[in-house]
Amino acid sequence: MSRRHLNPVPSVAIEEVRALVGAGTLRRDLLIEYLHRLQDSYGFLSADHLAALAEAMKLSRAEVYEVATFYHHFDVVREGEATPPPLTVRVCNSVACEMAGANELLDGLRAALGDRVRVRAVPCVGRCECAPVAVVGRNPVGEADVRAVQWAIDAGAVDAPLPEARGLADYRAAGGYRLYADCVAGRRGAEDVIAALESANLRGLGGAGFPAGRKWRVVCGMPAPRLMAVNIDEGEPGTFKDRYYLERDPHRFLEGMLIAAWAVGIAKIYIYLRDEYAGLRTMLGEELDALRAAFPNAPETELRRGAGAYVCGEESAMIESIEGRRGQPRLRPPYVAETGLFGRPTLEHNMETLYWVREIVERGAAWFASQGRRGRKGLRSFSVSGRVVKPGVHLAPAGITLRELVDEFCEGMLPGHELYAYLPGGASGGILPASLAGLPLDFDTLNEHGCFIGSAAITVLSQQDSARAVALNAMRFFAHESCGKCTPCRVGTAKAAILMEREAWDVPLLKELAQTMQDASICGLGQAAPNPLLSVMRFFPHELEGGK
Amino acid sequence: MSGVRFTLDGRAVEAREGESILQAAQRHGIDIPHLCYKDGLRADGNCRACVVEIGGDRALAPSCCRAPAAGMQVQARSARAVAAQKMVLELLKSDMPDEAVRADSELDDWAQRMGVGVPRFPRRAQPAADASHPAIAVRLDACIQCTRCLRACRELQVNDVIGYAHRGEIVFDFGDPLGASSCVGCGECVAACPTGALLPATGSLPLGGGKTVDSLCPYCGVGCQVTYRVRDNRIVAAEGRDGPANHGRLCVKGRFGYDYVRHPQRLLKPLIRKPGAVKSVDNTLADFREASWEEALDFAADGLKRIRQRHGKYALAGFGSAKGSNEEAYLFQKLVRTGFGTNNVDHCTRLCHASSVAALLEGIGSGAVSNPVADVQHADVIIVIGANPTVNHPVAATWMKNAAERGVKLIVMDPRETELARHAAYSLQFKPDSDVALLNAIAHVIVTEGLVNERFIAGRTEGYEAFRENVLRTPPEAVEKLCGVDAAAIRSVARTYARARAAMIFWGMGVSQHTHGTDNVRCLIALALMTGQIGRPGTGLHPLRGQNNVQGASDAGLIPMMLPDYGRVADDAVRVRFEKLWGAALDPKPGLTVVEILDAARRGEIRGMYIMGENPAMSDPDLAHARAGLAKLEHLVVQDLFLTETAALADVVLPASAFAEKTGSFTNTDRTVQLGRAAIDPPGEVRQDLWIVQELARRLGLGWNYAGPREVFEEMRGAMPSIAGVAWERLAREGAVTYPCLEEDAPGEPVIFTDRFPTANGRGKFVPAEFRPAAELPDADYPLVLITGRVLEHWHTGAMTRRSEALDALEPAAHIDVNPDDLCALGCKAGEFVTLETRRGKVSARARADAGLARGTVFMPFCYAEAAANLLTNPVLDPFGKIPEFKYCAVKLTPVPGCPLPVV
Ligand SMILES: Cc1cc2nc3c(=O)[nH]c(=O)nc-3n(C[C@H](O)[C@H](O)[C@H](O)COP(=O)(O)O)c2cc1C
Ligand code: SF4
Ligand code: SF4
Ligand code: SF4
Ligand code: FES
Repeated sequence: MSRRHLNPVPSVAIEEVRALVGAGTLRRDLLIEYLHRLQDSYGFLSADHLAALAEAMKLSRAEVYEVATFYHHFDVVREGEATPPPLTVRVCNSVACEMAGANELLDGLRAALGDRVRVRAVPCVGRCECAPVAVVGRNPVGEADVRAVQWAIDAGAVDAPLPEARGLADYRAAGGYRLYADCVAGRRGAEDVIAALESANLRGLGGAGFPAGRKWRVVCGMPAPRLMAVNIDEGEPGTFKDRYYLERDPHRFLEGMLIAAWAVGIAKIYIYLRDEYAGLRTMLGEELDALRAAFPNAPETELRRGAGAYVCGEESAMIESIEGRRGQPRLRPPYVAETGLFGRPTLEHNMETLYWVREIVERGAAWFASQGRRGRKGLRSFSVSGRVVKPGVHLAPAGITLRELVDEFCEGMLPGHELYAYLPGGASGGILPASLAGLPLDFDTLNEHGCFIGSAAITVLSQQDSARAVALNAMRFFAHESCGKCTPCRVGTAKAAILMEREAWDVPLLKELAQTMQDASICGLGQAAPNPLLSVMRFFPHELEGGK
Repeated sequence: MSGVRFTLDGRAVEAREGESILQAAQRHGIDIPHLCYKDGLRADGNCRACVVEIGGDRALAPSCCRAPAAGMQVQARSARAVAAQKMVLELLKSDMPDEAVRADSELDDWAQRMGVGVPRFPRRAQPAADASHPAIAVRLDACIQCTRCLRACRELQVNDVIGYAHRGEIVFDFGDPLGASSCVGCGECVAACPTGALLPATGSLPLGGGKTVDSLCPYCGVGCQVTYRVRDNRIVAAEGRDGPANHGRLCVKGRFGYDYVRHPQRLLKPLIRKPGAVKSVDNTLADFREASWEEALDFAADGLKRIRQRHGKYALAGFGSAKGSNEEAYLFQKLVRTGFGTNNVDHCTRLCHASSVAALLEGIGSGAVSNPVADVQHADVIIVIGANPTVNHPVAATWMKNAAERGVKLIVMDPRETELARHAAYSLQFKPDSDVALLNAIAHVIVTEGLVNERFIAGRTEGYEAFRENVLRTPPEAVEKLCGVDAAAIRSVARTYARARAAMIFWGMGVSQHTHGTDNVRCLIALALMTGQIGRPGTGLHPLRGQNNVQGASDAGLIPMMLPDYGRVADDAVRVRFEKLWGAALDPKPGLTVVEILDAARRGEIRGMYIMGENPAMSDPDLAHARAGLAKLEHLVVQDLFLTETAALADVVLPASAFAEKTGSFTNTDRTVQLGRAAIDPPGEVRQDLWIVQELARRLGLGWNYAGPREVFEEMRGAMPSIAGVAWERLAREGAVTYPCLEEDAPGEPVIFTDRFPTANGRGKFVPAEFRPAAELPDADYPLVLITGRVLEHWHTGAMTRRSEALDALEPAAHIDVNPDDLCALGCKAGEFVTLETRRGKVSARARADAGLARGTVFMPFCYAEAAANLLTNPVLDPFGKIPEFKYCAVKLTPVPGCPLPVV
């Protein structure tokens, strides 16, 4: 079908696209999946391929282009533009990696590799325990330096290694899926399970901390068909706990997922995995196949692949992305529990929230609830990075203090480093000074200090680091990752980053701006973006006076 | 239902159902700043200028998207809300260029009203201006990313050209310059943009001054209502008005095509052919001399009178115009009938829907549409066959696309895969000419699968048995090859249509312009009758009428066999009624039709003609002969705006007034009568057309004295029961009344045939049709099939649109659309010159590749005088409708050797 001025799409391009996406009617919601296939096969998305795909999907060019250009992992090459080199090295320069010398690594790599390899600075790739990280093709290289990267390139080590996770058979041998079987067989009631989650006080571990049991109840009360979305986008800088658990024990999460689906009466499940976790994707795909074979009556489960967009971790943005659109958050109300995926009531959970379901039900709610300190309940999986001896995921009691966490779980500060400050909740959760290292770490406990733990991503700063630099790093991250929908965030983050680059901060203006970003942004990204900035003004004023 | 009571800034207010806080506030006189919200567009809530404080909410909420709840405490003017509102405005303003792109930018307006001073933030890096589009200037440096344009483009017009790319960039297609994109220039985005980032290429209008005039678009039968902005007697902008057919929407012609009225080629004085100037379509002003109105009118009338005296009344004929008002059409046919004394009066309806009207009158007793386009909102299935509404009825197409987006099943059947097919659930690209076979096969499935509506057939139709017998002979499997469509697809379409709760059929000239055009329409009527898909909202038959007043001109009697309101001239009772009304004797003999008149002219039987606002020297088939006929006339009077190809052959040319210069009523494709109002004064010595017709009538001995259109319309109401209830005052007040409207206070009937058909016995009649091939089939010498038609930017023969700067810049040159593989086989590339040749003529133009065309078919628009497609077309006629076969003839395609390099 031609429109004025548009030349017909070359038939070669149509054939090439069809070879990848198959014949017949294509699914609108799989647009991003199709784009991945093109990007994977050709290394970029050419205008001809996009046009052919648009035609095959009966979409307009703009509809395809706007989706393709939204996601950072797609390289759209317009007519007459140069194609990217076949290999890309992505160097994380989010907080932990920047502290570990990512910027120097970037410079070094650019100088060493020249034009044949594309070197890109990217936001957190979820491996902060071994900062700085460079991802060569799909192969993550931890504690990277130019030599290690060079070696990987030369050795052709560009694929993601498969994690050695516990497989289905092992998991079942150790008692796995017995609980699920009991549920399905009616030996357990949904009400019991939900009640257990409630009394264990299991809260959403994606960041917002919404009580899981209550969420199940709400969605349960909505008209069928109900859908479920599992959030493994894990994009909050400093967070890598979901990856950690998945790499080891994927079925513990999958069993929790199936139990949730059973309890809430879910018709179909979508798992959204960030594109950066390429090895996990292969592994999870295989385990899901095994699971389908083992439980043919379980709800259909689709594994979906992100494409480089932090904001897609936001629950409604993720839903948009699963529907094959730009990952722009939706306005609420209506809440996703009422109107979510494809307009249906949707139960959305962080992967780790589901990971705990089996254990809580099996060991009893009281066991989980009794784990906290200082009156807090439960366990938290802290992703710790920065200046500690033993960074990594540490499962610790809710309500633990930063000092305790460092001392008891991280073997203390690195030699020569003294605690100066810490990020309690990734880039979004603000920055606290060492003087507040005795606060209990949990949902709600940091609010009065303008901070939150969110996904419990802790980055520890020492006297060698600057809170101001970290805040600027965070603001640049938000400006880069803002979906671009609302003014306070799209324009606000960009303006704030420019103002924060200036030697002297215009504190009153930044405060005014921060207030509007918090008040008037659509989603948590824009609302939380000024937190580090506000923390600097509140706790680290000396850094603004040339103190550091 | 009563509204929701809530508290707004301390005041108890009540919101109506469905209202947002913003709307409720507006109604109570509280103006909350807003930018991304615009009435008529889906609220998107992205700009956040409208945020308010809601009791119990942690963050502020966008009032444009939030529905008030009972007891809600809303503060639109709290310090916190206002601080955010102002900060949003300041952030956006900080990125604006120093000089406002549009004088009345909504952002500037709000910033000023809210007291936002000089922005304190540095400006972003600005994108370059894009001046690639002739009608729309793109200044994204003034863009605030509100996506109003995108929603207008995508959700209203469903053109899907505008995207929101990257993390907040307005783009066209793949980030292309607008002029190189798939933009169709509807300008809905321009109308939606609050800052002027998208602006008419003519620039920003200064604030204040000038006047606005509520009128209509002069082009197609959709009948969009328009408000013209006028300054110093010039139209400076056209804006969509909330009419029943368009609700504010317009297409590129309506929005940007108003400037032809001031084209330098406009005729400003009467012209008389110089002695000795040999008649040719290439004649120019040099072949004429200027004359006074007195002289020109006398000359025009004398010539006609002379012929009447010497050769008798049958030697005269008149072509009226479907571009003129109802009043002009009515007076024109009255002049021919009572002044010339015959029924030799016709107009271009003959060339577009004569066969449709013939079949409809025969089958259901009325040639008009049964349901308006807007009824697509009540349908669950829509068939569009032989029509390309996104090009020829663009605003009507938007309603169809909106319906399809909502999930209504759209079935498109056309030998060309058109833009609408992208939105279709089923697209049947059948072979040209095979309409009857395809439609009979659909009927076959409906019969054999027991999907007929027995009750409807028994209660409201006749002739079903014969029809049934006939279609039983055409199972889909038998016509698969002939039609080039899978039997399975035919079956699906048949089931979908027959089973629908409510299904509509639209068709265009792809159906009507065949020697079997009447048969094609008979089949469509039968489909509606056999399934009972007629007589209810969302059902029925809708031939998409072409010209803005083709319905009205036909109603007014501008057809040779019928008097106003379709009484047959041969019917004594009808004739007697009009003889009494007009005080003149009427000829009982039906007149000749358009093509017949020009044939008769060539034979010397018609010697004198009066042609008002038509261009048969471009629009008729086999132009060489048509032009020869016109040239052979002893006396040709042409009344037009420009020296058209037809006017070039005239003996006397009377400069006509343009649509925007006169007031009159017009009837659109929906049977809705609307008022066009004069917006500007005619230039030079140009006079009102009604005056010209009357002056000629006077000289032909008719003592008319109509003060203006209103008096003519009053007489029409007396003569035409269907509009008896439409008083001129009501038209002026309501702007639109749909007939039949028999009484002054009757609401008008958008849906007709609800319980009977206006036939003698009230029943609809099945008329079986058998497949008959076109008159001229491809052969070894002329191996391809030529389809002619239109392009979006040009109206009919291009007389107006080719003189509109933006429209002609958008489509400046003739082109021949060819299937890409055929083009390749020819050894040609898109952009190179190719020649089309038929047994009648030959034209060359640049080739365009169109994958929507099946192999073996080529398409050419007929609006380009320099490469007139109608030199090629076959003048054979449908025996019933007398419509020529514009949509099918055999043609040969050859490369033009040594042709210039393609121009991109
Ligand atoms: C900007 C933004 C990014 C987010 N990213 C993630 C994420 O990567 N993974 C995640 O599980 N939740 C993320 N969330 C939280 C989700 O919106 C949502 O609260 C969560 O998936 C719900 O699951 P839970 O109740 O199990 O935590 C993010 C929220 C925001 C505002
Ligand atoms: S806050 Fe930022 S990320 Fe969230 S919707 Fe607004 S622009 Fe998008
Ligand atoms: S071009 Fe105009 S309407 Fe479109 S997003 Fe920009 S400011 Fe809004
Ligand atoms: S759709 Fe027809 S009536 Fe409406 S603006 Fe376009 S040409 Fe004019
Ligand atoms: S007008 Fe409400 S968010 Fe823009």
